[in-house]
Amino acid sequence: MTGTVIPSAARSAESRDLHLRHGERVDVTARTADCPNCGATIEFRWSSAVQTVCPYCKAVLVRRDLDLEKVGMVSDLPPTSSPIQLGTEGRWQEDGFVVVGRIVYRYDRGGWNEWYLRTMRGGSAWLSDAQGDLAISAPATSGIALPAANALQVGQSYAIDDTLFRVASLTRARYAGIEGELPFESWNRDEALFADLDTDGNGDTLRFATIDYSDGSPVAYVGTYVELDQLAARNLRRIEGW
Amino acid sequence: MSAPTVTSLSCPQCGAAIELRTLDQALSVVCSSCGSILDARDPNLHVLQEFQARQKFTPQIPLGTRGTLKGEKWEVVGYQVRGITVDGTTYYWDEYLLFNPYKGFRYLTQYDGHWNDVQVLKAAPAEQMTGRQPYVTLHDEKFKHFQTATAETYFVLGEFPWQVRVGDTAVTRDFVAPPRMLSEEQTPEETTWSLGTYMPAAQIWTAFGLPGKPPHARGVYANQPDAYMPLAGSMAKRYLLFVAVIAALILIRLVTASRETVFATNSAFFKPGAPADSLAFVTPTFTVSGRTANLEVTTEAQVDNGWAYFEYALVNEATGTTYEFGREVSYYYGRDSDGAWSEGSRRDRAVLPSVPPGQYFLRVAPEAQVPTSFLEYRIIVRRDVPTLTPYLICLALLALPPIFVALRAWGMESARWKESDYAPSGDDDDDE
Repeated sequence: MTGTVIPSAARSAESRDLHLRHGERVDVTARTADCPNCGATIEFRWSSAVQTVCPYCKAVLVRRDLDLEKVGMVSDLPPTSSPIQLGTEGRWQEDGFVVVGRIVYRYDRGGWNEWYLRTMRGGSAWLSDAQGDLAISAPATSGIALPAANALQVGQSYAIDDTLFRVASLTRARYAGIEGELPFESWNRDEALFADLDTDGNGDTLRFATIDYSDGSPVAYVGTYVELDQLAARNLRRIEGW
Repeated sequence: MSAPTVTSLSCPQCGAAIELRTLDQALSVVCSSCGSILDARDPNLHVLQEFQARQKFTPQIPLGTRGTLKGEKWEVVGYQVRGITVDGTTYYWDEYLLFNPYKGFRYLTQYDGHWNDVQVLKAAPAEQMTGRQPYVTLHDEKFKHFQTATAETYFVLGEFPWQVRVGDTAVTRDFVAPPRMLSEEQTPEETTWSLGTYMPAAQIWTAFGLPGKPPHARGVYANQPDAYMPLAGSMAKRYLLFVAVIAALILIRLVTASRETVFATNSAFFKPGAPADSLAFVTPTFTVSGRTANLEVTTEAQVDNGWAYFEYALVNEATGTTYEFGREVSYYYGRDSDGAWSEGSRRDRAVLPSVPPGQYFLRVAPEAQVPTSFLEYRIIVRRDVPTLTPYLICLALLALPPIFVALRAWGMESARWKESDYAPSGDDDDDE
């Protein structure tokens, strides 16, 4: 069980990034750079990307001022049947978004994609895609005390962002690959705990929460299940025959 | 960028080609040739389970078939046969796994010719445990608990986004609100809820372009919509309308009826014991005027613990048309351990339905058996009197169709619940 981008590591790095963006931040604005590994020109969809994967040689590259530094390599991602791809654009909550990166997670009974979205208003969100079920989430805004990983049990309820959520399932997953631009520069390859929470046995709402334990201290995300049709998505992956 | 939709691999057990239609979504795939269940995530497709099914089943919709269901395109990628065992009998049903890369997964289930279109829910419905029969609520709709059972997987084909095994079991709980059904499946790993909607088999046949006609559905399925219930409701409403109309007609009749007295005898007497022939008499002629209407003959006889019988003939003087009828007046009373009692009446009404205007007389042949030696009686003839009988017959006849439909609805409901955990006692289905 080696190597996974700890998604929370990723996401908490992202919150640092957000913090920086609202404070003083060194803006990395260059739209292109050369891959230090293979020399290919890499175009950024998100000008402030911290990390990207060279689409040609699969080198993991981290931005250092104006240059890219190779920090590792990733293997080819398994073929996916997801309709989402890097560059897919859409709208959600009156804000346009573009898909700039992806983390693939695997666990013993399945896997899912976490697509990293940058929005036109400068925000970010994660679009998760598990067996065709899509959900958009963002870090919880209220700083509540989250339970420790070993204290968490299915059935327990927690108020996150003023909504009561119930722990529906616990999944131990690990990173299985990355592509595109992501808001963090390092990752943890250990198996990590993810808690999925639903709205306390009330199927009338499509809101959900996850608690991510991959980065030492837990991070909560709150989101909504969505249908692809609701996102007015463009530039979806064309799937032969469909 | 276009990606291949099918990857080709080969079965490590028998070498046959294996297709993956759902790519990274597949966790297990069944070799169509040897029936081994393979790990779809392993590049070498290692065998998870060798062929174990005791019985082979053939899907009615072949794997790979594409169809348009409710406006969306779907492909059949998996098929499993599951069943529950009650009192030593296993009841099997089919589950078809449908896939569309833009929509995800969807299911079709088939039992005894009954089809359901099923989607997995993202969150559990709210559950109420009050009373004998629990229910769950989804979007303000109440679903009544139908059955709790343990479902076992008996046969699999195709690919699945979970690790399927023949012999897998799950505790299922079904809740119904026809035409919808909420089902919970519980395994040690997870609990999932799904929402099924009853679908006519013909719609499935059209959607997937299947040849021939679907087999006839047997019995009443848990969430089969009741065709008679809404009909019974609308018919009951229409019947109330009929009642109102007829009540109005009765009211109009009560107001407009002329109730004209055309003839009345004064109190008359006859000696009871005498032979009827000797007491027979003919009334004076009287005139029945106006339009053709009914004619009411009222007989009042002051009988005390006895009876009187009047043989009547109403004769039209001009045409000789005769209406013959007999009326009995009897009145008994007394007192016993329960107190005072009485039976019968001293007054009798007979109505001749339609008598044309003209000159008439009555021929009367009375006879009686009373303790008194004389009997006082009176005959009154009135035309155009209101009677309720035709209206009541009309109401009774109009009630027949709604009663028939309500009985059918009731029959369907009881057939539905007979298969549930709430079957009437005597049925030993209650395995909860």
